[in-house]
Amino acid sequence: MKVQTIFNMPSPYRDNFRIKAYSFGSGAKTFCIVGSMRGDEMQQQYVASRLVAMLKEAEEQNLIASGVSISVIPCVNPSSINVEKRFWALDNTDINRMFPGYDQGETTQRIAAGVFEYVKDFLYGVQLASYYLPGNFLPHIRLIRTGFEDIDDARLFGLPYVEVSDPKPFDTVLLNYNWQIWETQAFSLYAGTTDVIDYTMAGKSIDAICRFMWRKQMTTTHLTHRVMHDEPDTEECMVIDQSNMTSIKAPHAGLLLVSCVPGQQIKRGDTLAHIYHPYEGREICAIEAPVDGTVFFARNRSIAYQNTLLFRIIE
Amino acid sequence: MIQNVTSLEMPVDEEFRIVKNHFSHGKGKRICIVTGTHGDELEGQYVCFLIAKMVNEHPSLLTGSVDIYPALNPLGIDTMQRGVPAFDLDMNRIFPGDSRGSMIEKVANDIYTDLLGADMVIDIHASNIFLREIPQMRISEQTANVLVPYAKMTGIDFIWVHQAATVLESTLAHSLNSKGTPCLVAEMGVGGRISHSMCQHLVDGIQNLMYNMGIWAVAPSADKIGESIVCEGADSVAFINAQTSGVFVTEMHNDMMVRLGQTIGHIIEPLTGKVLSEVLSPCEGLLFTIRAYPIVYEGSLLGRIYKM
Repeated sequence: MKVQTIFNMPSPYRDNFRIKAYSFGSGAKTFCIVGSMRGDEMQQQYVASRLVAMLKEAEEQNLIASGVSISVIPCVNPSSINVEKRFWALDNTDINRMFPGYDQGETTQRIAAGVFEYVKDFLYGVQLASYYLPGNFLPHIRLIRTGFEDIDDARLFGLPYVEVSDPKPFDTVLLNYNWQIWETQAFSLYAGTTDVIDYTMAGKSIDAICRFMWRKQMTTTHLTHRVMHDEPDTEECMVIDQSNMTSIKAPHAGLLLVSCVPGQQIKRGDTLAHIYHPYEGREICAIEAPVDGTVFFARNRSIAYQNTLLFRIIE
Repeated sequence: MIQNVTSLEMPVDEEFRIVKNHFSHGKGKRICIVTGTHGDELEGQYVCFLIAKMVNEHPSLLTGSVDIYPALNPLGIDTMQRGVPAFDLDMNRIFPGDSRGSMIEKVANDIYTDLLGADMVIDIHASNIFLREIPQMRISEQTANVLVPYAKMTGIDFIWVHQAATVLESTLAHSLNSKGTPCLVAEMGVGGRISHSMCQHLVDGIQNLMYNMGIWAVAPSADKIGESIVCEGADSVAFINAQTSGVFVTEMHNDMMVRLGQTIGHIIEPLTGKVLSEVLSPCEGLLFTIRAYPIVYEGSLLGRIYKM
């Protein structure tokens, strides 16, 4: 295991801001995993750190294929995690809106440039991403349609869903988008939660990345299952378009009590949540499923604003 | 007349509202003054006040419509946050919004829909808490032919025609301009503060624009409307970024001419008493942006100079 500081910047009053990369194996830059990029991405931090531990052990046991180099950047923004801020703490800019970066530009543009300089030549890349709305997902792979996306490769993670979406203007400054434009086969993996660690969903995400490494012959075994032959996927991988999912929004504001979880199979008419009056305790409305399907996303906050997204359902 | 642009329920005994003040007299054109997209930018509040006061005091001079939208992000202004609280979103990156989207996307779409079709929209910004700007209009290259003549009517100090990044396609101004509703973006002052004279200067300019568009019957006195500097071309602006992290101190203010190599300021280290770096002007020209917030990291923007 080699540990390299890929970006180092003095802070006016704190310890230096450092981004570290852990690399395993030797040879061509094959696979890069980027962990947390925002200060609240605890699940992403945990998944990345577990992958470092597993790859270290794999390297010691010669389980990394020859000529393959795998890197993990566990955290792009330690400075914000340490003060519990989602974005760059001084000016609230988002590093994941600064790619490909500019090394003579503003601070977060320079950080993005430093990261991109390191990650841009890998054959494959995964970012452990999070969503701007608070909620939990089924672990899944997300791809932006750039013309370079490879859905067949995305299926190799073996997660039940691959979500594909058209780029919006602000997507053009994401790591994933720029990685693809620079010809890295890039994927975003949503590990289920963001600001709390969920061991079950983290485990599924780690499994998926290990499966991908094995199927792409980066490792000589499946690191989490330690099997030598490919196992059949337990579920068929479904490719879904974000625009085809059923979104359920809050018809009224109030206290939100959610009664389903991502992955749950639901029938039309099932109650998914209740919204209560915050003073009078009466139920304002029940949120019922408009279709049969699977809960893909569920809001995880205890209050709902009118018209906020509560659920996404795959029919 | 105060009108609701959009309203939604908040969880606990509060209604979220975007409101506008609609003034109409005659069948002339419609101008919209919008501001408060970023909750830390307050200069537009005083501009809205002055415009509303002007129309209230002289209603017969109005020969069209004026709509004043002082707070596109009322939660942000009320809590001194640049973005939309609880969503941590930059409201000026989600336009034109989505009528079927989540709360803030729907709010953005309601605002956008309400503004569509206006003869002129002026979107007033006030930099942020980090940078101080001279009064200026920012116009993308694609819309320069249409918008620069309008901007000149305001007599604003500086018109910056800049290249448009794809990410900026999700701003209010781009969304409106791309649908044929002309939108000028004004930037001036510094976040969290109100400069009375700058605001009055912009109000005089807006009055002149209204007069030229046939919305106001009287022009301001000629001495209030100067000639704008028009800055065009990718290489016409030099950016000064901090070479070291530390505390930036300067005796300069913006709207000054600077020479090549002139000292703009210093980055110092309070702990040791050392000067970490001297900040020098990379060219001769007009210093139109200067850093207002002293704490800097490597790369923090310290100033912008229009090369002259």
